Amino acid sequence: MPTFHRFVQPTLVAGAVALALSSAAHATELTVYTAVESDDLQKYAERFNAAHPDITINWVRDSTGVITARLLAEKNNPQADVIWGLAATSLLVLEEEDMLARYAPEGVDNLDAKFVDPAYQDGEDPAWVGMDAWVAAICYNTIEGERHGVPMPASWEDLTQPEYAGHVIMPNPNSSGTGYLDVASWLQLWGEEQGWEYMDRLHNNIARYTHSGSAPCSLAATGEAVIGVSFAFRAARLKSQGAPIEVVFPEEGLGWDMEAAAIVEGTNKLDAAQTLMDWIVSREANELYNEGYAVVAYPGVAQPIENYPSDITDRMIDADFQWAAVNRERVLAEWQRRYDGKTEQ
Amino acid sequence: MTDSSLPKAFPKSLPRRGVNVAPEALIRLLVLLAGVALLVVGLLFPLFAMLVKSVQDRSGDFIGLANFIRYFQTPALVNSIANSLSVALMATVSVVSLAFLCAYGITRTCMPGKRLFRMLAILPILAPSLLPAISLVYLFGNQGFLRDVLAGHSIYGPIGIVMGMSFWIFPHALMLLTTALTNSDARLYEAAEALGTPKWRTFLTITLPGVRYGLISCLFVVFTLAITDFGVPKIIGGQFSVLATDVYRQVVGQQNFQMGAVVSVILLLPAVLSFIVDRWIQRRQVAQLSARAVPWQPTPSPLRDWTFALLCYAVAGIILLVIGTAVYASLIQFWPYNLSFTLQHYTFQGLGGGGWGAWFNSLKLAFSVALIGTLVIFFNAWLIEKSEGYRPLRQGLHFMAMLPMAVPGMVLGLAYIFFFNQAGNPLNWLYGTMAILVLNTLVHFYTVCHLTSVTALKQLDPEFEAVGASLKVPFWTTFSRVTLPVSLPAVLDISVYLFVNAMTTVSAVVFLYNSDTRLASVAVLHLDEAGYFASAAAMAVLIFLTSLVVKLLHAALTHVLLNNAQRWRQAG
Repeated sequence: MPTFHRFVQPTLVAGAVALALSSAAHATELTVYTAVESDDLQKYAERFNAAHPDITINWVRDSTGVITARLLAEKNNPQADVIWGLAATSLLVLEEEDMLARYAPEGVDNLDAKFVDPAYQDGEDPAWVGMDAWVAAICYNTIEGERHGVPMPASWEDLTQPEYAGHVIMPNPNSSGTGYLDVASWLQLWGEEQGWEYMDRLHNNIARYTHSGSAPCSLAATGEAVIGVSFAFRAARLKSQGAPIEVVFPEEGLGWDMEAAAIVEGTNKLDAAQTLMDWIVSREANELYNEGYAVVAYPGVAQPIENYPSDITDRMIDADFQWAAVNRERVLAEWQRRYDGKTEQ
Repeated sequence: MTDSSLPKAFPKSLPRRGVNVAPEALIRLLVLLAGVALLVVGLLFPLFAMLVKSVQDRSGDFIGLANFIRYFQTPALVNSIANSLSVALMATVSVVSLAFLCAYGITRTCMPGKRLFRMLAILPILAPSLLPAISLVYLFGNQGFLRDVLAGHSIYGPIGIVMGMSFWIFPHALMLLTTALTNSDARLYEAAEALGTPKWRTFLTITLPGVRYGLISCLFVVFTLAITDFGVPKIIGGQFSVLATDVYRQVVGQQNFQMGAVVSVILLLPAVLSFIVDRWIQRRQVAQLSARAVPWQPTPSPLRDWTFALLCYAVAGIILLVIGTAVYASLIQFWPYNLSFTLQHYTFQGLGGGGWGAWFNSLKLAFSVALIGTLVIFFNAWLIEKSEGYRPLRQGLHFMAMLPMAVPGMVLGLAYIFFFNQAGNPLNWLYGTMAILVLNTLVHFYTVCHLTSVTALKQLDPEFEAVGASLKVPFWTTFSRVTLPVSLPAVLDISVYLFVNAMTTVSAVVFLYNSDTRLASVAVLHLDEAGYFASAAAMAVLIFLTSLVVKLLHAALTHVLLNNAQRWRQAG
């Protein structure tokens, strides 16, 4: 026994010291890149920290296009540990560049298979996991509409009518993920030729293209524009805040993209990154996403949200993310060539 | 100066044996080299790295002028050159003519309320240039209460840009022109009057030629400020792109650093040109005013005085209107549909951008730059002005101290990314820290502080140093016990200038902050981008109020100092 004691005691002490040091003095800091709406970021970190107080999240937030471009630019010297809340189309581009570390989070099997990297079904660990779907919507200011004699639109096609000239604002797809899902969905709905032809006509009515996907709806909400092409989350939230807007879900169908998460290849904080990924697919996290988004990855979690139509899943188009990812660079270049003159700085 | 009149700063108990001459000379050389090193690392190396980047492709291979050729073949980019030139010219003409009239009112008439006007006219400097742009949207946007003034034209575009720029550049022009118009020779005017010269002729043949250098210099300064401004076109430019916003869009929006470097080089050209012209003029201006000149004093003339007074009050009224609009916008619940008052936009709760943390970071930056920058810049200016030996080194330092004025903030910020974010750079650890923001801001605003220091030091008798040296007091003692205290008013001016600029600048730091070092001015930009217009206004107002408080403290402190500690000034 004495030998055993002599062995155990110092080990215990050392272990206790090490534990104390690692939890108290060295809370792990994760740099997390995100395009999640900034009104929700603090909430995301707080909910995660309630379960894991020992991991601190340092957010780097910008619009989808900016975060994507930044990740690509940092490819050889990555600064991010985890990506939490970026368009799946962007993550597919990053995966193509081998920038994501494959990992199967604990509980990933609970998610709807559509929300998990398809490679998982082929037996590989997923490179990314989905969180929720964000869906295109149009914000229509009823007061300004009446004042300018601009009727409420019902379809995407309506927006190209002459009475809308100069009253429509939409996001620039180069910087905004919402802008890109609009463009990608039109090209998928109507095919390339008709899609571009539609955008040519729409362009004549556009007052300007904004940096973010939220701004068009905010501008419609404050009466700076009559119509803002935006997304359902922002539209519903502004309407709840008392903005005089109607949220229009165009009848041809709604473009959408998935918000997703992944670990960045080369991170030296893999343990903490995996802990975060485990939480990201949890039921609790999905309940959190559901506070802003009607469609989430965890089946059976979603509750209806104020100002969202109940049949929103039926209205979403059959989006092909693979197509949107593969063609992203080409489509954006073509968009710039055609319309860049009207872009907000 | 005899021994008995020596200031008390040289205590008799000082060790007379002094410091060995050789080590002191060595230390002098070392601090001079440190000053040179600061500007080489903080300015020349980054600019060089940027020039290199502009002739490389994405993988870093030399490709000659291919990037420039591609730039000139992309119409969306080339258009910005003409756009930038046109708004900068329009802003220059409107600002300089208005500022000239107001400066004339201040210096050449007996208009009432001069002091009040001068105080109000300085206010725009205390706000970030994003503030007038935000206000203009509230004033002239589709819901603005003055939108009919624009007769159907959109505020988003050149009109808004020129108006916004004019607002924040006006104080700069007013100060330059007031100084120019203050120097006058009454003898010329008396002669003209005796000869019966008509007033308009006197103005054309005496007044205008007398201020020609100041006027030209002012034109170039204003033009440079306008063409390099980023904040105003970013917020209110709409679909109208200019060079400064192109740099941002290429770098932040598309991470196309090579093209960002190309646009930066192009943006650098007009700034460098106006810098050269300005230097050339400064050199000529020296001999203009003869020692025998008698300052001209205006005599009351009610019609003229009140005409200028009304003009100046109108300008002051517009300034107050713009600032007031931003304050109002930040206090309204949901503009324009719910006009009840609220403070909720000042909570910045969960809006990203950093909220009060960003404001606190800005304070940290402003205080650090004010403290470190003032000491470093003033000490370097003193080494240049008041020490002997190492003449080429001192001249080199002086030349480099003049350069930052010609480097637009966007260009300096981008140049810092290129230089400090290189994997092989031993200073790489600075990247993403508060220290790099301090260094960048210090260098960005170096020149004006340097010139202020030099002017203050030239007024001091060189014998202070001579006496110090003959008493074998080391030079740093002379500096800290004599030069620094007697120059206190100028030193305070420099520190408050640095503080205010560090608080309000956005162009350079927008490339350099990271998640721990978000700044209030950058937060204004991000809040506006995300569509939180009221919170953006609130943050801009917060920056303005912070600068205002510091400026008022500075005014009070200077007043006390001049009345008490600096009484010797009046005696002489």
